[in-house]
Formats: sequence, C-alpha cells, structure tokens
Amino acid sequence: SALSNVDNVVLVMSGKGGVGKSTVAVHLANALVAKGFKVGLLDVDLTGPSVPRLVGLTEHSVHKSADGGWIPVYADNTQRLAVMSIAFLLRSASDPVIWRGPKKNAVIRQFLNDVMWGDIDYLVVDTPPGTSDEHISTCEYLLEQSRKPVSLLVTTPQAIALSDVRKEAAFCRKLDLPIVGIVENMSGYVCEKCAECTNIFSSDGGRLLAEELGVPFAGRVPIDPRVSACEDAGRDFFATHPDATSLQCIVDVAQQLADSAKKDQQQ
Amino acid sequence: GINAEYGTHPPATSMSDSKLVAPPPEHCVGPNSETAGQASGCAGCPNQKICASGEAKAPDPDIAAIVERMSTVKHKILVLSGKGGVGKSTFSANLARALAARKVSADETANTNDSTVDKDDADAAAAADDDDDDELCQVGLLDVDICGPSAPTILGLEGQQVHFSNLGWEPVYAADNLAVMSVGFMLDGADSAVIWRGPKKNGLIKQFLRDVNWGTLDYLVVDTPPGTSDEHLSVVQYLKGAVDGAVIVTTPQEVALQDVRKEINFCRKVGVPVLGVVENMAGFVCPHCTHAQQIFVPSTGACCTVVRRYGCFSSW
Repeated sequence: SALSNVDNVVLVMSGKGGVGKSTVAVHLANALVAKGFKVGLLDVDLTGPSVPRLVGLTEHSVHKSADGGWIPVYADNTQRLAVMSIAFLLRSASDPVIWRGPKKNAVIRQFLNDVMWGDIDYLVVDTPPGTSDEHISTCEYLLEQSRKPVSLLVTTPQAIALSDVRKEAAFCRKLDLPIVGIVENMSGYVCEKCAECTNIFSSDGGRLLAEELGVPFAGRVPIDPRVSACEDAGRDFFATHPDATSLQCIVDVAQQLADSAKKDQQQ
Repeated sequence: GINAEYGTHPPATSMSDSKLVAPPPEHCVGPNSETAGQASGCAGCPNQKICASGEAKAPDPDIAAIVERMSTVKHKILVLSGKGGVGKSTFSANLARALAARKVSADETANTNDSTVDKDDADAAAAADDDDDDELCQVGLLDVDICGPSAPTILGLEGQQVHFSNLGWEPVYAADNLAVMSVGFMLDGADSAVIWRGPKKNGLIKQFLRDVNWGTLDYLVVDTPPGTSDEHLSVVQYLKGAVDGAVIVTTPQEVALQDVRKEINFCRKVGVPVLGVVENMAGFVCPHCTHAQQIFVPSTGACCTVVRRYGCFSSW
C-alpha cells in the first residue's frame, strides 16, 4: 500500500480553530528533519489549507507520475520533507473549496492512497478544527492501511479553547488513538518595550487539561510575533532565528517521538 | 454525545423523510447528491433504489417550513471567516448583544434611506428614541458550529438546556430579547464530542432553522465554524439565500487573509452579499507600559488591501 514505507503517523489536532495546529505541524516536521529523519507533511484542511504558505511553497503545484500516483512537493533539494496539500491543486489561492463531506472524504482517501510518499520515517498530518469528516476519514483510511496514528493536541490556555480540545480528546479515546502530548500555544506575550508578560489568552489551561486527561504536557509556546512573520513569508523559523527558544517544546516533542520510536524498534 | 433527552427528537438527516423507507447509513451522501444510490456507502441500504431513481430528489418540504419560521425574522446576518480562531464567536456574541441594546425605533430611523426625511419626522423619531416604553430589538444568535460550539460559554449560558414546547424547540435566553440556540445546550456533558459527518450536521442545522421557536426577531445572527463546507452551504441553501449578508472576520496576517479571499469568493458564488470585513486582534497595547505593538504582523497590508481589491462595502 501507499503507506507501507511510512513508519510513524502523527496527527496534529485541536478541536478549536486558530490555536496553532499548522504552526505546530510544520515546525514539528522541520524539527524531525533537523534530527535526520525523512518526513512527509500532509495537510487535510481542505477549505483552509495553510501548510504551503508556512513552508514557502505557495507557487507550486502537484504532478502525477507515469503510473498515476501523485508526487508530493519537496520543500528543498535534499528531499527530506515531502508536502501534500489541496492548495497545490487549486488554480488560485483565492479559489474557495466549497465541498460537502463526501467529496472531502474522497480527496483525503487519494491523499493517503495515491501520494507517493516513498520511504519516510514520519508522516505529520495537519488537520482542520472539529471532529467531523476530515478526522473520521483520515483515521479510517489510515487504519485501512494498518497505520495506527498517534495524536498531538494543540490548545491555547483559555477555557473556550479547552472545551473544544476536550472534545478532540474524547474523539481520540473513542478511536483508541494514543495522545502523545498537549502543546499550549499563545502562552503569554512579552512586551517588546518593557518585557512584562501579559497572559492575553489566560494561562496554564493546557497544563491543567493535560493533568485532567492524564496525558503528557508537552510544554508552552509563547506568543512570538517572529513566528507569524516567518510563516507569512514562508521562511523556516529555526533557520531564521537559530537562537530563539520560543518553539523549543516542539523540538522536544520531536525528540520524544524519536526516542519512543527507537524504543519500539528495540523491543 | 447528544443528551439522551433529545432522543425523542432525534436530529434528522438532510433527507426528505417522506420518500425514504429506512434511516440512512453512516456514510450516506444524501438523496439529493449527484451520486445518490450509487456511492459506495449506498450498497446494502434499503433506500438505494429510491435514491438512485431520483425519486428522493423531490422538493424538500422542510424548506417551506423553514421559510414559514423565518418569515418573522427581519434580518439574517452570517458571521463567517475562512480561518479558525480569529474571533467569529466573539464577534457574533458581541454583535448580538449590541443589537439587543438598540431600540427598534432607532433602527427604523437608521434604515431610512430617504434623504428627504422631513425634519419634523426626524425630531419625532429622536423624541421617540428617548421614550422609555420604546421596544428593544429582538435578537437571536444561532450557533451552527456543531463540533465546537462556543456561544453558550461566551454568553455565560453553560449548563443550560433546550426545552420543547408545542411551538417547537425553545431557545435559551441570554436576556429577555436575546435568544440563543446551539448544540452546546444539547450535550450530555460540556466535553461530549459530536463526531458527525456532514449529512448529520446538516440535519441538525435544518432543525435549528425549522424547529426552533424564534418568534419575531429583528435580527438573527448566525455564528459559523471556519471554512466553506457543509455548515455554510446548508445555512445558505436552507434559507433559500434570503440572507441580508455576511460579515467576515479575520486577523491581520497573510495566513488569515488568504482564507478571507476564499470566503469572499464563496459568498459571491452562493449569492450572499459581503457586508464588510472585521479585522480582529489588530494590535496590542501593553497594560503595563501602554506601548502599542503588532503581534500578528500585517505583512501583506492587512484587511484594508483585501477590502479594496474585492470592493467590499466596509472594513472595520
């Protein structure tokens, strides 16, 4: 099957929109590549695909191979980061994708069955908010190919986000998906002038939720305007700001995934 | 999942109930779909022949019921975004509250486009405005984000439940003149997940429009999830496009704006006027030193450039 040489699948999920799923997915993928792994990055947010912009691939489109499979877009010449998104199939970035569930499911099936990911260590999947067609189908089609994904949840600290993330956790439990951690994004903002921290979106909610659910707390990502600026420009944050520590917890998650995969192999 | 109490009023699917002989299966594409009766999920379904024959694609009688229900709702406003987490629910709840604080006579005067309004009439309207007996606008807030309902939390209505009367589903009232409906009022617990595919979500949205006893409303504000999918199509289709317009919410950065462009094009495609675009999270003023700064940098000129390019009426 198309995914038979894909060793590990990580679903980056939330429940809540706009908490930083795409940010976490892209930087997790980049962190894994930096550790020497070959990574696929699949964007199943069909109506609001952000991944191509974040990795600086907005001018690219997808090509089919001789046998009809889709060739993913590679982020650079080393071909260690392969990317697939509906955005590569649109004529214009302003074209809306106005599809109901069944059509979305069909495309997601193609993304998982027909894309020639090749021999990769990790497939990181960026999902849209919610617990609907995209999520159900992605899990279903992965299980059809005997790929059991793990889930990395992203939240912001405030209650209105946590409420949705609990629902996503319930989804994961229902489908028996292990939750490898919860990342608390937009966790405080340090004023550029006086260096005081303001908890714009409240504080500590991610850690408390992790405790409540009995899952690992992956850490906090503070609000860093440089992250958004890099994303708009499609620049790699780690390469542009090598001394920045804002996204350290995502690097840590990459290390944990690597360690646990190694352990599984040894066993 | 959904509270067992609502078992007696199970969320309908998007089916026209009259033609089908069995409940639809999990992956039903719907009898009005182009692949009705022919999709892979149709195999083995008792309705398969009926759907394939096109019999079930009859005019939906529920539409007439919705038109009837909505006939007492003067203005319907959708709050959309392409991007998640930009503040649709925040904006919707606060718009609903702001509208509910307005007096009806102020709105009637404001809506007058006649530039020859008599000065005496204007004075009379202004005097009426001061009259304490003047009615406040009747407002409804409909939350069609089925998977991530935020309205109950934002309006301080968590834990409230929907009740049924002979007039239909009774909305929950945030104030005497502010009625709210959300799936959030129908869950077994606040954290219960609603893990539904499109057809089932569409069915509940239809019930929100057909069965909720909104009464007479001056404004119905509809809060939506991000994107351009089932929920958005269904609301527009069930309302037969009789929507005054949509307000699109965004944040300043390009990653959000690229979704705004899609949303504007969605509105054009389905015939919903764009009333304007709201730019949320536009700058931060430090509460400690009052220094103003940008968190979500408007690298491509923020929503003003989008508004100019697309000729939208207003940007706020």
